[in-house]
Amino acid sequence: MKSTFPESPGDLEFGEIAFQDTMIKSVSGIIERYGRDPSRLMDILIDTQAEFGYIPRPVVSFIARDLTISAVDIEQTLSFYHFFATRPSGRYTVYLNDSVIANMMGREEVARTFEREAGCRFGDVSADGLIGLFSTSCIGMSDQEPAALINGRVFTQLTPFRVKEIVRDLKSGKRLDEAMVEGLGDGANALPEIRSMVRNNIRKKGPILADGYRPGDALKKVVKMRPEEVIAEVKLSNIRGRGGAGFPTGMKWEICRNARSEQKYIFCNADEGEPGTFKDRVILTEYPKMLMEGMAVAGYAVGATQGILYVRYEYMYLREHLEKVIEGGRKKNYLGTNICGKEGFEFDIRIQFGAGAYVCGEESALIESAEGKRGEPRDRPPFPVESGYHGRPTIVNNVETLCSIVKIVNNGATWYRSMGTKESSGTKVLSISGDCKYPGVYEIEWGFSVNDVLEMVGAADVQAVQVGGPSGTLIGPNEFGRTLSYTDLSTGGSIIVFGRERDLLKDVVLNFLDFFIAESCGSCSTCRNVPVLLRQKLLKVLDARGVPRDIDEMLDWSKVLKASRCGLGLTAANPVVSSIRNFRPLYDRKIQHGKDYDSSFDMLAAVRASCDAVGRVPTLMADGGGAA
Amino acid sequence: MDTTMVTVKINGSEYPAPRNATILDACTRAGFKVPTLCYCEDVAKNASCAVCVVEVKGAKSLLRSCTACVHEGMEIVTNSPRIRDARKTSVELLLANHPSDCLACLRNQNCELQTLAADLGVRGSRFVRTKKAEKLDTTSPSVHRDPNKCILCGRCIAVCQNVQTVSAIGLSGRGIRTKISTYMEKGLGNVACTYCGQCALVCPTGAIVERDETDEVFEELSNPDKVVIVQTAPAIRVGIGEAMGLEPGSLVTGQMVAALRRLGFRKVFDTQFAADLTILEEGHELIRRLRTNGTLPMITSCSPGWIKFAEHFYPSSLAHLSTCKSPQQMFGAVAKTYYASKTGIDPRNIVVVSVMPCTAKKFEARRPEMMSAFEYWKDKRAWSETDAFYDVDYVLTTRELARMFRETGVRFSSLPSEEFDHPLGESTGAAVIFGATGGVMEAALRTAYEVVTGTPLTNVEFTAVRGMEGLKEASVDMNGTVVKVAVAHTLKNARTLLDQIERGESPYAFIEIMTCPGGCLGGGGQPIPTTWAVRRQRAESLYREDAGKPVRKSHENPHITALYKEFLKEPLGDMSHHLLHTSYERRGLRPWTAGSNGQQHAASVRPAG
Repeated sequence: MKSTFPESPGDLEFGEIAFQDTMIKSVSGIIERYGRDPSRLMDILIDTQAEFGYIPRPVVSFIARDLTISAVDIEQTLSFYHFFATRPSGRYTVYLNDSVIANMMGREEVARTFEREAGCRFGDVSADGLIGLFSTSCIGMSDQEPAALINGRVFTQLTPFRVKEIVRDLKSGKRLDEAMVEGLGDGANALPEIRSMVRNNIRKKGPILADGYRPGDALKKVVKMRPEEVIAEVKLSNIRGRGGAGFPTGMKWEICRNARSEQKYIFCNADEGEPGTFKDRVILTEYPKMLMEGMAVAGYAVGATQGILYVRYEYMYLREHLEKVIEGGRKKNYLGTNICGKEGFEFDIRIQFGAGAYVCGEESALIESAEGKRGEPRDRPPFPVESGYHGRPTIVNNVETLCSIVKIVNNGATWYRSMGTKESSGTKVLSISGDCKYPGVYEIEWGFSVNDVLEMVGAADVQAVQVGGPSGTLIGPNEFGRTLSYTDLSTGGSIIVFGRERDLLKDVVLNFLDFFIAESCGSCSTCRNVPVLLRQKLLKVLDARGVPRDIDEMLDWSKVLKASRCGLGLTAANPVVSSIRNFRPLYDRKIQHGKDYDSSFDMLAAVRASCDAVGRVPTLMADGGGAA
Repeated sequence: MDTTMVTVKINGSEYPAPRNATILDACTRAGFKVPTLCYCEDVAKNASCAVCVVEVKGAKSLLRSCTACVHEGMEIVTNSPRIRDARKTSVELLLANHPSDCLACLRNQNCELQTLAADLGVRGSRFVRTKKAEKLDTTSPSVHRDPNKCILCGRCIAVCQNVQTVSAIGLSGRGIRTKISTYMEKGLGNVACTYCGQCALVCPTGAIVERDETDEVFEELSNPDKVVIVQTAPAIRVGIGEAMGLEPGSLVTGQMVAALRRLGFRKVFDTQFAADLTILEEGHELIRRLRTNGTLPMITSCSPGWIKFAEHFYPSSLAHLSTCKSPQQMFGAVAKTYYASKTGIDPRNIVVVSVMPCTAKKFEARRPEMMSAFEYWKDKRAWSETDAFYDVDYVLTTRELARMFRETGVRFSSLPSEEFDHPLGESTGAAVIFGATGGVMEAALRTAYEVVTGTPLTNVEFTAVRGMEGLKEASVDMNGTVVKVAVAHTLKNARTLLDQIERGESPYAFIEIMTCPGGCLGGGGQPIPTTWAVRRQRAESLYREDAGKPVRKSHENPHITALYKEFLKEPLGDMSHHLLHTSYERRGLRPWTAGSNGQQHAASVRPAG
């Protein structure tokens, strides 16, 4: 009765690496690098993938044994994240963005060209194992789409011609660097530790994006203050979380400060995953020192000695850059012990990469992920400020929030409150993309109207604007007078402009539903199922088979999502709800009026599907006839 | 522990509730039933099904009462059109991806999803299927999985990881593709699963069930050439009544025997007979180990889930296991040798059916070494391998036996009380309590004490090893030698003792380990639901039966004495060695190099986090 295992050579799939003793050494080295700590599983898997190109099954077994955890524990994590591959995914693995903006900017043609040139379909690897083609959710390049990641390097503004060149170069054995013939991007993108063709596209500077930032000023100032005074200053500034949820930052810090624990943690949430958002990428590129300083200030204020910068996998190309900045910070004594001469002020930062999961932008999911687990949001309470990373009080702040803190410390809360509106103080860095002349990053004061923004970015003949990404709101021209603020149109920074010619239902709402389906963690039955059901309904409407009741049901079913556990589930129906509310005529034009049900319903196909589902032989169609 | 009370308002009236209690607890205390689905007392709180939602004044959305906690002045509403609608919708969402052929399901009429749907007035689902059909997992000889019936409540994972620390199953994929899977979908039969069946016990639907052997047993019962005999484990007499609709913990020994006769079993015997036999063998093994400086502590070997767990996770500590077979296997071996000789029945025609509270017993009966009776006979009768037979032919769980009773129309409540058949039906009070955690230990101590000291016990009840504490210990003074013993139930608690042994720090001479919470009475084959309250009721009944038995010490069972006199000769003797003792396999975890059998990878494993 001995168990059999598929690790024996005969069970290996095509192209898989057979387990060799030489592999043990490199995997052991990786595990050792992370102190044989199961909670560092994400890092171990990321490095393993970097080593072998994918994560071979025998290696999973080896890691499990070495960490003394179950292989299924590893699989739980492994199978959760989009970028972990369990089978060979090509010597060059192409992840082409499939966000709404990528589609608007010509993704379809680019994708077809990739398939033609590589000789395989998306989701597959070319017969020679050279190129694997995969789709991925927004990679944070919305102002320079279509864009793709190839082995972690970013390729922007792709055209069919460029794709032909790239594939030809890769086939001829050129290195990836050589295939990036356009040259390097602006600013820090050109640094040797980044060497990326990505462009910053900073169009409007405010306090955060201003030139002349001097690292260390804020730290030198706070070490002369008591932590309570720092928190008081932050509270006085009235700043609220810039990630989207808008929780008052000072209050968060105060709760954490008051929580009793020998260890506390400061997380910076750089898991910028909301489609259409890319401003954190620009800050990470240009102002990482400001961000680190903000984290250290937070550490000083709440009494935490450990900072963790959680960066989305898509920004892996910034790893060396960020590590260098941290190292530089240590040398300058902005990190480390007795920081800036302050006895007992200790703080250091490590980088935690994600592996492709939008839901990890939710703070408790992010913490779970950093602990090496599936990025499933926790049940709250307790909130992370009371019990977060490894059960310790934990602050999770957005990149932009932490940078704003540095400016607040330097210039004072009163100065900060002089900007923006009464409820929404300060500035907001926006990522603006879509149908406009000047897509890019804009730092504006809160209180701008949508019209102001559209004028600023050179957008004309606008049909609709998506404020806040898929989880936000889709508004039409009659609402362009509304203002960007926590009290009116709240946003984490994503603004997508849709021109007159766009098909909002097919190009936008359907794409957003696909996004939510792909990114649901699957824990709540509501979020797992309802977006799929809404998608089926929307397809029916788009197929001109819809009836008025379908729209009522879409609205009705959307309410079900309110029983979800986290922000992703709570907002997953927003594209449907806001498009029905603001663009009802688009739906009305597609549906069959005066009918209660769709008479073109294919009974036999439905029976067959149902039989397939439960694994029964369809007796009605036993002769093999029927709808086929 | 915060024990202060707060006052909450539930449906308009004020009630006290402990601070930090969940809303669900507070409502239950106040007498309001809030329906739940993914929540499982002491096991899982995944807050994923959105069935237990309630309204709380001031909260934007409905709150999950299983996780949200009360605070002073909280105003809770447990029943409103909005709540009913939300609950119904949540159930409908699950039903959309759940087969509706309830009649074909083993859990028909004992399914939480079915009951909940009925209670909430859900007559169907508005929603269409959103998931693809998936393959069944029938790789295990003990439990089968049907992912199509799975509602992803996560209870099975919770019990496997947190209660048993086995982690044979986990979540795989995400979003609509999320499923509960063994590693790389190898199937339960191909991973380090102990077959304890606790997952089946907590599953709210028919997604994980015992491998059903009722058809095979019915087939044998109707075969005139076969002598079909049955043995029932101690925990069955406190479980089968419950499965037939009586109160939890109902003690129905006599009716059970009557019902089994009516089902057509030629002889109705008692595993407890073999339990007494086990005590004789195991007790003497312990004494021998104590006297000969053998491997100590010695650990009991009655619980097959524990055995497989040790083989996978602690293969280097197998020498600590008693070599005694479990009572089930001792019974099979004795039935097909001693009893066959005594009655002159061809052992090849004897069919031994076990009724067990356990799914792992199904696997145990199929272990290749469990063919001692055949080995005994084959040379004597010059039989070939084609005549080979197992000592135990079929293993039915309590739930399967209940199905057979129902199918044949056995009316349990109106049956007379009948006695077990002779000679394999006689047992002592010591054997009865095998069904509860600590029972084997107590039974062993009753015998070992008297054998070692030569003086009769004044009080046979060792209460220190009774009760539902996860780990219990006791010291027994035997003529000046103090023997320290420990008792653990659940594999998580077993780990504590095993790790102690591997560190060389175990102070014990003798350890009892039972796989399932509460011991066999909480086994994976027992009636559903099995809660802590139910376990306590079953345990109470077992101890009551013990107290009422005229003989309460295994070594005083006259039929055991006769068995030794007529057949086995002496405990640990040559015959015992062949028929009643066994050996174990160093399974290890999983090999990671081709061709390896995993033996060298004896690391112990615990779940992450």
